Amino acid sequence: MTPTAAADLAAVTLTLRLAATATAILLIGGTPLAWWLARTRSPARTPVEALVAMPLVLPPTVLGYYLLVGLGPHSPLGAAWLRLTGSTLPFTFAGLVAGSVLYSLPFVVQPLQAAFEAQGRAALEAAATLRAGPIDRFFTVAVPLARRGFITAATLGFAHTVGEFGVVLMIGGGIPGRTLVASIAVYNHVQDLQYARADLLSAGLLAFSFLVLLMVYTINRRLGPRTP
Amino acid sequence: MEVDLHLARRGFVLEARFEAPARGVTALFGPSGAGKTTLLRAIAGLEPAATGRVRVRDAVWQDGARRTFVPAHRRGVGYVFQDAALFAHLTVRGNLAYAWRRAPAGERRLDPEAVARRLELGPLLDRRTADLSGGERRRVAIARALLGAPRLLLLDEPLSALDLAGRLRVLAHLQGLREMLDIPVLLVSHSLDVVARTADRMVLIEDGAVRGEGETAAMLARLDLPTAHGDQAGAVIHAVVEAHDPRYALTTLRFPGGRFLVAHHPAPPGTPVRVRVLARDVSLTLDPPQRTSILNIVAARVAELSEDGPAQVMVRLDAGGPALLARVTRRSAEALGLQPGLAVYAQVKSVALS
Repeated sequence: MTPTAAADLAAVTLTLRLAATATAILLIGGTPLAWWLARTRSPARTPVEALVAMPLVLPPTVLGYYLLVGLGPHSPLGAAWLRLTGSTLPFTFAGLVAGSVLYSLPFVVQPLQAAFEAQGRAALEAAATLRAGPIDRFFTVAVPLARRGFITAATLGFAHTVGEFGVVLMIGGGIPGRTLVASIAVYNHVQDLQYARADLLSAGLLAFSFLVLLMVYTINRRLGPRTP
Repeated sequence: MEVDLHLARRGFVLEARFEAPARGVTALFGPSGAGKTTLLRAIAGLEPAATGRVRVRDAVWQDGARRTFVPAHRRGVGYVFQDAALFAHLTVRGNLAYAWRRAPAGERRLDPEAVARRLELGPLLDRRTADLSGGERRRVAIARALLGAPRLLLLDEPLSALDLAGRLRVLAHLQGLREMLDIPVLLVSHSLDVVARTADRMVLIEDGAVRGEGETAAMLARLDLPTAHGDQAGAVIHAVVEAHDPRYALTTLRFPGGRFLVAHHPAPPGTPVRVRVLARDVSLTLDPPQRTSILNIVAARVAELSEDGPAQVMVRLDAGGPALLARVTRRSAEALGLQPGLAVYAQVKSVALS
């Protein structure tokens, strides 16, 4: 394998690892957030919804810039991380994960929130009268009824993390082997006029994205239109 | 059981206080929008804003004075929702198992197989709930509520939105429940027919408040209540199957004031039955009728009269124990000189058995 091919492979592997990690964190953290947004009558709900949707409209470079400043060693958060782990957040894998989680948040929270809202209260109330406690009925009724929402959320979160560019460039810096993800590698190849390499990598990402989406739509169709 | 609940919502106040026996069916009857469903939900613990007191046998579920509020999942109510509220992600069997698994082992008195058989769910067990008909959904919901080993069964309009066949089937099952269960059953309905057929006691609810409560037969005969007026007004009489006449395919029922002949009823002699006699099917005469096609003629005394619209009068009769209602025109009432104490013969055109 040529050094460039090895570098491309490393970029792809890093991308997949990043997307998988970010998606896992988003599902774990986004589910309670989506549940709260779907159920609460608190006045805080609307501002929180707006905050969650921010990455949809903000230029990725702006988000990346604030992350760079907010997570840098001179910020309270960055300083705490430095004391805890001995390394700074920017230009590391952990920094990439932090940026991706924030950037992909609406793509996970919004489908989950919609799925939780669509199921209404009837089934949960029925479960309560059948002696299922709050945690029990969340996992045995709310989550299974929202399963299509989970599939959509996981896919969009994963695919969107694979596809991001601005945030990871700002916070990661595109350091080969450490923070250089596939989308930046394509950009670099074009900058270096290596169109053959850019072609190969781009085609790979294209095929991957299509296959992932195809899989999701197939699964969602199988689950049937009548079961949410 | 004992209920004393208060709940205020935009433009609506529920202020309900009533008692129900520890066994048997109590109907919460009233027009749509009277607050019956809200009351049922509050009893189940699904309306946290409701204040007051709820006690079922020895268990106090709610008591404002003692700051007690047992959450819905610790009350152990079997709630049959109006829309059934089945779990769409589970099969019928999965829905039943959900309830059974969470029922405390020491309180499981019914056998899942027997309940499924009794409610005729055998062929449905592996079906998805989305594919069931309205009556099937209702039967699954009843079975699911029963398998949760409830301490109180709540039924919200169990027969609404069903076709006639579905209604009769679910009704038969509800009547069966009365003998099967050793817990209080509260049934919400706006249908006098359902209440008359199923309930031992009834609580009349209007505009969020209790207008009256008592034994069903006694309540239905009270002329001061709206239930004893209009087309559906009628008396409920507790009778016993006495004999069958195969020659004419008729059955004799005996009640404290006399006998009724009805179309053949399959129950063996000695079986208690309840019959409903609509006020519009009863006419009155002063002399014993002769040469008439009407089979059921009961000697009675006028007990009370009450106007029923501009042209009609509702008459409560004392039929030697049980009460009968008769609706006659005001003109006839005057012509016959109807007044309390007068001896009359009630000609009953039709008797409905339940």
